[in-house]
Order: sequence, then C-alpha cells, then structure tokens
Amino acid sequence: MLLALVAAHLVLACALPAVAARSTRAAFGLAAVLPAVTLVWAAAMAPAVLGGAAVEENLAWAPALHLTFDVRLDALALVMIVLVSGVGAVILAYSAFYFGRRSPDASRTSALLLFFAGAMLGLVVADDLLTLYVFWELTSIASFLLVGQSGLHRANRRAAVQALLVTVFGGLSMLLGFVLVGESAGTYRISAIVASPPTGGAVTAGIVLILLGVLTKSAQAPFHPWLPAAMAAPTPVSGYLHAASMVKAGVFLVARLSPAFASSAEWWLPLVVLGLATMLIGGWRALGATDLKRLLAFGTVSQLGFLMVLFAVGGRLAAVAGAALLLAHGLFKATLFLVVGTVDKVTGTREIGALSGLGRAMPGLAAASALAAASMAGIPPLLGFVAKEAAFEAFLLEGGLRGGVVEVGLVAGSVLTVAYSARFLWGAFATKPGVDPVTPAPASPGLTVPLWITSLAGLVLGLVAPVAAVLAEAYGDTLPARTAEEAGYHLALWHGFNLALGLSAVALAGGLLLHTGRDRVAALTRRLHHRVSAQRGYELVVSGLERLAVLVTGRLQVGSLPVYLATVLLMVIALPGIGLVLGWAWPADVPVVHEWIQIPLGIVVVAAALAMVRARRRFTAVLLVGAVGYGIGGLFIVDGAPDLALAQFLVETLALVAFVFVLRRLPAHFTERRRPRRAIQVRKGVLAAIAGITVGVFGIVLSGARTAPATASEEFVRLAPETGATNIISAILVDFRALDTVGEITVLLVAASGTASLVLATRHDRRRRGKVRASGSGTPAHEKEVSG
Amino acid sequence: MSAEDTRVPWPRWDSPTEDWMLPGDCPVTSERTLLLELAARILFPAVLVFSLYLLLVGHYGPGGGFSGGLVAGLAFVLRHIAGGSSEGAEIGARIRVRPPVVVGVGLCVAVVTALVPAAFGAPVLSSTKVSVHVPLLGEFEIVSSLALDVGVYLLIVGVVLDLLRSLGSGIERDALDAESEAAS
Repeated sequence: MLLALVAAHLVLACALPAVAARSTRAAFGLAAVLPAVTLVWAAAMAPAVLGGAAVEENLAWAPALHLTFDVRLDALALVMIVLVSGVGAVILAYSAFYFGRRSPDASRTSALLLFFAGAMLGLVVADDLLTLYVFWELTSIASFLLVGQSGLHRANRRAAVQALLVTVFGGLSMLLGFVLVGESAGTYRISAIVASPPTGGAVTAGIVLILLGVLTKSAQAPFHPWLPAAMAAPTPVSGYLHAASMVKAGVFLVARLSPAFASSAEWWLPLVVLGLATMLIGGWRALGATDLKRLLAFGTVSQLGFLMVLFAVGGRLAAVAGAALLLAHGLFKATLFLVVGTVDKVTGTREIGALSGLGRAMPGLAAASALAAASMAGIPPLLGFVAKEAAFEAFLLEGGLRGGVVEVGLVAGSVLTVAYSARFLWGAFATKPGVDPVTPAPASPGLTVPLWITSLAGLVLGLVAPVAAVLAEAYGDTLPARTAEEAGYHLALWHGFNLALGLSAVALAGGLLLHTGRDRVAALTRRLHHRVSAQRGYELVVSGLERLAVLVTGRLQVGSLPVYLATVLLMVIALPGIGLVLGWAWPADVPVVHEWIQIPLGIVVVAAALAMVRARRRFTAVLLVGAVGYGIGGLFIVDGAPDLALAQFLVETLALVAFVFVLRRLPAHFTERRRPRRAIQVRKGVLAAIAGITVGVFGIVLSGARTAPATASEEFVRLAPETGATNIISAILVDFRALDTVGEITVLLVAASGTASLVLATRHDRRRRGKVRASGSGTPAHEKEVSG
Repeated sequence: MSAEDTRVPWPRWDSPTEDWMLPGDCPVTSERTLLLELAARILFPAVLVFSLYLLLVGHYGPGGGFSGGLVAGLAFVLRHIAGGSSEGAEIGARIRVRPPVVVGVGLCVAVVTALVPAAFGAPVLSSTKVSVHVPLLGEFEIVSSLALDVGVYLLIVGVVLDLLRSLGSGIERDALDAESEAAS
C-alpha cells in the first residue's frame, strides 16, 4: 500500500498536464486528493504503528545487486507524513485558487508539486539508504524545476541553479557517505544500521559526508543563502517546498540517524554549532527583511537551525521537543506563507513599507496570521509553545557545558524569533503612519479557508497537547533518556511555574523589546550585511570554478591536432609502457617468420611507414597509410584469419575514401614551406616510432603472458555448433559476446551522428524537399574559414 | 520517301534506348567519367547482392553483418563517386532515404533482437535455431541471431551513407569553384 501510494503520486503527476489543459483548478484539486488519501491512510495505520508495529514493505528491483525499495512507516515517518501529505493537500487546494485559470504556469506547477509530494513521501518512508538517496535527489530536481518556473526570468533561473548546485553538491557527498556507512555496516537498511551502528574511521568519514548533505539541504549556515533566493518561486511552492517539507529533509535525516550516531562528537558537534549559528543568523537577517516572503524565508532558516540542534544531541526529551516543533513549524509556516500569498494576491505587494491598514480591512486574515505567528513566537496555548517549553526543559535537564551553551543560544534565538514574528504581523497588517492604507481586492474563500485549516490545527494540537505528545514521544522513546525526570516528561500545555516558563517569558519580553526598536535594528542588519555574506561566498566559489574551467579548457584544448595526437601517444607510451617494463616477460618461442610470404609483406608495410614520414603531400601520406593497412590485411590472411582480413580490407578502403573526401577541403601540402622543418619532423618521427614499437612489443609480450590455458576459447569452439554457426568468429560476435556487439554499434552510431553534425553545422545551404533553407548555423564566410 | 520516314533518323541510329549513365544530368561535363559511370551502373547491383551473400554466409564462413554492410556501403560510395550528385546519399533514382534513419533502424533492429528473448523468459540476447524445409532445396537452419547481424548490416550501411552525405557532398560545387578560380 505504501509503495503503491508513492507510485500513484508519480503516475498521477504525469497525467496532470492533460487535466490541466481543460481546467487548472481541476488539476490542482485532483492533485490534492492523493496526499489527502495518504494522510487518512497513515492516520488509520497510526494506532498500530505507535503501538510498536511499524508497517514494512519491500520491493527487490535488482536482486542480483541487493538493490531494494525498502519502506517503513514508523513514528517519525508519521510526523513527516502529516507535513508532507497533510500540509501538501492543503497547499495544493490553495494553489487551485492562487493560480489563475489561464495561468501558463499552472499545468507544470500542479504536476511538479504532486511529483514532489510523491518523492518526499518516498523519502520519509524510505528504509534503505540508497532508496532514500534517490528520492532525496528527486526532490532537489523538483525544487529546481519549481523555482525555475518557465525559465523566462533571470531571478528564477539564478535561484533555481543556486538551489540545485548547493543541494546536489551536498547530495553527492551524502551518497559517498552512505556508501561508506553502508559498506561498514554490511547493510544499507536504515533500521538495521540504527539497531547496530557501525564504528571505525570509514564511518567517521561517512558521517561527515552525510552531514554535508544534511546541512546543504536544510539550508544551514554557511549554505543557507539558497533558501531565501528560492523565494523567487510562486508562494504556494515556497510554502510547501521551502518551508513545510523539502528543507525538512535534512532535519529528518538527522532525526533518522541520531539514534545511531548521536553519541559520537563528529555527529553532534558540527550540527549543534552550525545549527545554533544558523538559528541566530536567520533570525537576525529576518529582522532586516522588508519583503514579507523573504522575512519568512530567513525565519525558516532560523527554525531549521533550531530543529537541527534538537535532533542532533540525541536525548529523549530534545527529540520529543524536536518532533513537536517539526509539526508546529510545518503548520504555522505553511499558514504564514499562504497568508503572504493571499496578501500578495489581493494587494499586489509583499513589501512591508507599502502595506498599511490591511488588518482593519481583512480582520479574518489577520486573526489567522496572529494565531500562526503566536505559535511561531511560542505563546501559549499553541503547539509552538508546547514544543519550545520541552526544548528549554531538555537542555535545562541536561546541564553541563553543552546544555548551558545550547540553552543560552536557544533563548537568544527565541528572542529573535519573537521579534520577527511581531515584525511580520506589524509589517503585514499594522496601520503605519505616513503610508496610504491599501484597499485589497476581495479574496475568494479558496484563498482563506486552507490557511485557517493549518492555523487552527496549530491551536487545537496545542490545546490537546496529548495528541501531539503521542506522536512525538513515540519517536522520542527510541532515544535514551539520561534521567528519570527526562524519561517521565510528557508534552503538555502547563507544567507549573518553572524555569522553562521563565525562559519563555524572557524570550517574549526580549523579542517585543527588540520589536519596539525595529527601525534601528533593521538599519543595523543592513549595515552589517554588506560585510559578511554567505551569498557572496557562493558567488565567489561559482565564478572561481568557471574561471578554472576556462583556464583548464584553454590549456587542454589548444586546437592543434598534432598536440592532441602527441598527448595520446605519450600517455600510451608512459602508462602501459611502465607496466610493460616492470612486468617484462619475453616469450621463449617467438618465430620471427614462419611463412616466406610474410617477408615481402613486412617489407611493404615497413617501407610504406618509413616513406610516410618523408611525405610532403597529404594525398601521398593517405595512400601510404592505405598501403600499410592493406599490407597488414595480407599478414592476417597468411596467419589464417580471413574474417579479420576481410574487415581490414573493407575498412581500409572506406577510410581511404573518407580521407579523399576530407582532403578536398585541405591544402595539398602539410606545410607551406618548401621543406618541412627538420627538427619537428624528427621529433614526430621518433614519437611515432616509439609508440609503434611499444604497441608491437606489447602484442608479443602479452601473447606470451598467458599463464593458464585459454579456457574461454576452448569453450567457444565447443559451443559454437550449438549456436548454429560453423564460423566461430561469427558465433562470438552475434552470440557469446553479442552485448559487446550491440555496444560497439551504438558507439558507431554516436560517432557517425557526431561527425555528421559537426560537418553539416558548417554548411550554410541546407536543403529540404528541394528547397534551399538557410540553417543559420553557418554562413558563407564561416564555411570559407572552415574549408580553407 | 514515306517509307523511309518511319525509320530512325541516321544520327540517332546508335543512340542507346536504355539510360546507361547513372545520373540523368551531370552539369560539369569536363568532370564526367563515362567509363566509371558505366562500370558503376553494372557493378552496383552485383556488389549489393554480394553484400547480402556475405551477410548470410557469416555463420558459416568469412563475412557477417559488419563485412556485408561495409561492402554494400562501398557500392554506394562507388555510385557516389561516379555520379557525384550534390545531394550525397541517394539509394536509387526514386528511393530517397535519410541516412540517420537507416542508422537508427539498424540499432533498433539489433536492440529489439536482443530484447525479444526476454519476452519468452530466456536471457537477453540468447538465440535459437529454426529448421525449415524448403522443397527442392532441402533442410535449412535459420538462426535467430541473424536478425542481430541484419541490424549491424543496416547500421553500417547507414553510417557509410551518412559519411557520403556529410563529407562527400558538394563535389560538383567544388569542381565548379575550382574551374571558376582557374579561369579567373
């Protein structure tokens, strides 16, 4: 069922463009059904799963390579499904009204969003590292396409490329990490790895590589700038991919693997340090943003840092708090993004400076936003508060240096969170002096009902904390609790007056204080921004790579055929030549000549080869090459290989024809000088001679290097009659080694079409059905230059 | 006199009724080689039949799809050099085939041959023998891997035609250019 659901997402996504051609609303509506079904199914399975019986399915798709699609539905996967499918269904329904009926982007976006939902569902239920990796990259690709949109705008293209480069760079290193960890553990099954974690140097390297993938995907410092840039995507896309689900993939993977690796410092130390830094940087930058969406994006970066810290340390209570915050963040951030979408739709702007008086005009929207923002700020009785209380409590209980440092960091981050939550509400809805109140267009229910759903869900889950507690604690219990107090902690709205509540109050008061001085803070963030910027670092790396590529290409692709040829020959002499000298074994019985006809043939070949060095006309050289080829063909016949000789003669003839065709376009002589330069000629001759002799010696040495009888050849001879062939060469070509043959003719196809494309690209008069059509790929002047 | 009118006028007594030369028209008369054209006309079908023979005989002696395809390709090269039309690849006066299509069909035939056994539960690329009894000629064994050889044959022919189209085109134009350059 689980695998079928994942597959259904991907299949239906392919069919959506056809639906969208008739009605874009129907396409989004249809797309929303499948995630909703997934959510309902997951809810039906929840009692059994939370009782400890995880749903497992697997599909071996390449058993010989031990490659399987393993999926497993456990408590953590349930939490993520609420975000991926629950929030996904809401956002897809909202998109039906966000995108216009004639929007050219709707068809592509609906299909890609559903495709993404399927990939993300596969990611969160994957129980195999390689399965997880496949879905991980699929989400990156979906994100690239969704951010890039139609590719018409520069901003979209740049943001899409940045998101792709950063996340795929991380993804590839993560794949290396998976391989290291999987090979050390002897299995790629995540549940098996968590049950008995591998150790050793390779695992440490693997962990570091995996973390690189985690940090890039979840936009942690210093990789975070791609996330604010990705806000170029339509708002529902940002709300779904870049707030509720995809960017959680990194956090999710940390949560998945923490039970295995949280005890090692190379796992938690970078995550905690970078997570705290990200939380502070994101919160700080959010205070300077003037675009509501950008503000939310930096807020997301900050919250992802928070989540990262909670899951990285690997304690029970921190994990419980993390799972609860994961839920809370998905709900409130989706709400806020949809609010921004609606505000953008009805007023035409997202700029804080241009919005005024919207709260009075749209009190309903303001109320829903206030609920979500309050959850973000951690104000009771919302789910965000419940989660934040647990987080504070977790590190208070832990104590020590790590607990203390993290606690201070979290409180500071929370102060910033409260401040930017207030800034969001103020920026979107407050009546600002000196700004004309906006007059919003009427919003259809489709633009407000979905965001009320997620907003109220945050309130209800906060009021009925035990519901969320069951989910979060089912995951948290997979991690060890250090004290009895930690083990006995349950998520609840009220724990009495304690230090954690005091810290929440401090965060609230500090944040509101910061908000009162908002103008000065915003100015300060802008002033600091220009000096330290991770975005500039990214740009430097990318432009540096481009420059390096140009440099290397300039050095390697000099455009001189003799240089290319000399490089190839030198490599042939150097690398296999060394092996030849090291493993020298001259076969004992090599007859120099065993048929008299070999002597004249050999003389012809050698004489032609020597004469070629002195050839001044290209045509002479080509004829001499032909003579060498035919001579070798003759030697094949003498040695009793008629098949080989036939092919040799035919190929030699064809090569001669091809040469003649090409020679029409080349100067008759190699050089324009009357006599070619002696030194160059000698150099080329020596190189050619050494290369030729090396290959020849190779042939002789290798024929004597056989240590065992040629079993394969004997098998071929024995089996050939069974294939219906009395010609063993043919039996090998079309039967025993038929795959090689298919591969070789494919190479031939590629080479032929490549050559034809190159040659035809320089022709300016392309004909089709008797008419000359200008191809635009070459001009008479260009052709003259090419043909000389 | 009236009886003599029905006879062929004497200047056309010895003009051939068949079109013996390859192309209908050849604008650059100075570059025309009648001997080569006539030889190509006569050799072309024979060489093609020989290439088919090589294709079929491959299982029992020197030959096979690769050699057969090359021989057929060389037949086209001969025609091209003798006829030298600007279009490059022409299979016949009336049949026009785009060389990349021939190449593609060849690869498709080979790959389909490779995959067909999988439909019968056999490993990919496995082959089988079929005995056919033909009246008068006796028993024949047809091997399924012959289809793979046919694919190779078509692909090689296509590659050679493509070579003619890309590298060999424009011989006339070059000749004209050379003439005008020499004249100026």
